[in-house]
Amino acid sequence: MHTKHLELEQVGIDFPTPKGPFTALQDVNLKIAKGEFVSLIGHSGCGKSTVLNIVAGLHQATTGGVILDGAEVKQPGPERAVVFQNHSLLPWLSVYKNVELAVKSTMRGKSKGEMRDWIMHNLELVHMTHALDKLPSEISGGMKQRVGIARALAMEPKVLLMDEPFGALDALTRAHLQDSLMEIHADLGNTVIMITHDVDEAVLLSDRIVMMNNGPAATIGEILDIELPRPRNRLALADNKQYNHYRHEVLTFLYDKQKKVETVPSRAKHSASQKNSKSNEVSSEKKDAKKSDAA
Amino acid sequence: MSKMTTILRLPTSPSNANSMASRLYQSTPALLLPVIGLLMFLAIWNGVAKSIDTSLGQFPGPVQVFEQTGALIDEHIAQREKAAAFYERQEARNAARVAQDPTYEPKIRDFTGAPTFFDQIWTSLYTVMVGFLIASVVAVPVGILCGLSKSAYTAINPLIQLFKPVSPLAWLPLVTMVVSALYVSDDPAFSKSFVTSAFTVSLCCLWPTLINTAVGVSNIDKDLINVSKVLRLTPLAHLTKIVLPSSIPMIFTGLRLSLGIGWMVLIAAEMLAQNPGLGKFVWDEFQNGSSESLARIMVAVLTIGAIGFVLDRLMLSIQRAVSWDKSSVLR
Repeated sequence: MHTKHLELEQVGIDFPTPKGPFTALQDVNLKIAKGEFVSLIGHSGCGKSTVLNIVAGLHQATTGGVILDGAEVKQPGPERAVVFQNHSLLPWLSVYKNVELAVKSTMRGKSKGEMRDWIMHNLELVHMTHALDKLPSEISGGMKQRVGIARALAMEPKVLLMDEPFGALDALTRAHLQDSLMEIHADLGNTVIMITHDVDEAVLLSDRIVMMNNGPAATIGEILDIELPRPRNRLALADNKQYNHYRHEVLTFLYDKQKKVETVPSRAKHSASQKNSKSNEVSSEKKDAKKSDAA
Repeated sequence: MSKMTTILRLPTSPSNANSMASRLYQSTPALLLPVIGLLMFLAIWNGVAKSIDTSLGQFPGPVQVFEQTGALIDEHIAQREKAAAFYERQEARNAARVAQDPTYEPKIRDFTGAPTFFDQIWTSLYTVMVGFLIASVVAVPVGILCGLSKSAYTAINPLIQLFKPVSPLAWLPLVTMVVSALYVSDDPAFSKSFVTSAFTVSLCCLWPTLINTAVGVSNIDKDLINVSKVLRLTPLAHLTKIVLPSSIPMIFTGLRLSLGIGWMVLIAAEMLAQNPGLGKFVWDEFQNGSSESLARIMVAVLTIGAIGFVLDRLMLSIQRAVSWDKSSVLR
C-alpha cells in the first residue's frame, strides 16, 4: 500500500544549547503514501512540531532526511503548504488578498481571470466566499482557520502540513472544521500530515495515527492503522465498537505507556524513579530549590 | 461610607430627567475638565506674573501676551502692505523706463523688509520638515536593515548608542563649519543658514526612527516569516508584503518622536546660530529688550508649543490612515 511518495528516513535533529547539543528527535522513519491522511499525536514537547517543520523545510534535520517524490527536501516551498496553529494570516490583508498572495507567488504566469477563479474556488471549498473583503480581525477564529486552510490549498500542495490546526478553537467550531476538512480531503485527495492533541480528532480523520514517544531523543512509538470506511460520520462512529477500540489504543499509548513526566515538586520523586539519571538530577535540583525557598 | 455611596449614586437613578442629567454628567468631563485646567493655568499665570519684576519690566501676564499677539498680526499685515506697495512702485517704475527706452531690461528687486513673526514661523516649519524628511529617508532603510540582519544591527548599534545622546548644540558648530566649507556655490538654491539648521535637525531626528524601526522589524511574528518562507516570497515581496506593513506602527512611533525632537532642536539651533526662524525671533526680542519683548517672547513660546502639538496630531492622523490595525488605540 505504501508507495514511495513521502519518506522520512532516520530523521534526527540536535538543537544547540549552552550545555551542548540537545537531541530532540532520533531515528524517525515514516513512509507516507499519496493521498494518505496521517496524524501525529503525542505529549507536548515530544517533537511533533519539529517533525512537521522538518518536512516543511523550516528546520533542517541534523541526521537523515526527507524525500518527497524522489527529491530531497532542503528548503520550505509551496508544494509542502503549512496550516499554522494560530492561522497566521497577514492581519493587514483581506481574506481574498491573503489567498491572493499565496496564489500570486506560487502560480506565476497565469492570467488575472484564472487567478481570480482559483482564489474563489479555494475559498468556496472552505465556505468563506461571504467574507472576501473582511480583515482577519473582523472574522471569528474558526473562519480565520478556514482561510488559512484555503490559502494552503491554493498553493496546490503535494503535501498539506497542519500544525494543530484546530487546537485554538472551541469544540463545536472544531467539529465543523473537521467535517469540512474530511470533505476537502475526499474531494482533492491531498496527502495530509496533521499534528493533534485530540484523540477523537486523530481517529476520526486519519488513515494512520503515528504516536510519538516522549523526548528527549523522541521517536515514533507506535503506528495505528485506522480502517474505518469513509465517508465517516462522527455521530454514527460515536457508538461504533471499532472506533472506540482505536480510541482506546491511542489513549492507552498516551496515558499508560507514555505517561507524561510531571515536574510538579510533589511528584518529582515518583517520576524521577522512572526516568533516566539526567532528568533525575534536574527534578531533584528543583526539589532542593523549593525546599530552600520554603526555609 | 454607605451614606456617601448613596449620595454618589443619586445622579444615575433611572428616572427620565435624571438619566438626561447623568448623560450630561458623563459627557461634560471631556469638555469641561480641559477648560477648567486652562482657566486655572491662566489665573495662576496672571497672579504669579504680577509679582515678578525683571529688568525688562513686569513679567507678561495673559493680557499683555494677548495684546502682543494682536500687535504681531498687525505688524505682519502692515509689512505685507508695504511689500505690495513696493512691488507696485517697482513695476510702475520699470514700465516707465521700458516705455522710454524699449531696449531697457527691467530689474526686479526683492522686497527686503525685516521678516515678521509669521514669516519666521513659516521658515521654521519649512526647515524642520526638510530636516525631518532627510533623517527619515536615511533612518527607515537603515532601521529595516538593522531589524532584518543581526550582524548589521551588531555593527551599527554601538554607533547609535554613541550618537543618540549628543545634544544638537554640540553638533551645531561642526555642522556650521562643514556647511560653510562644502556648500560653496555662486547661486545657492538654499541659504547656508537653512542648510545648517536642517542638517542639525536631521542629525538629531535620526535616532528615534532608526531604533524604533529596527525594533519593529526584528519583532515580526515568527509565523508570518514562516509563511513568507513557505510561499518562497522574493526578498522584495518579503519586504513590501510582510516586513513593512508589520512594522508600520513602530516606524510611526519613531517618526513621531523624531519630529518632536526635531522641532525642539530647531528652535535651539536657530537661536544659537542666528539662523532665521522662530528661535531667532526669540533671540532678537531678547536682545531688543523693550518693555514688550517678554510678552512677544511668550507669544513665541506658546506658538512653538501649539505648532509642536499640531505636528504631532498630523503625524498621528497619517499613522491612523496607514495603520492596518484600526482597533489599536493610538495616542
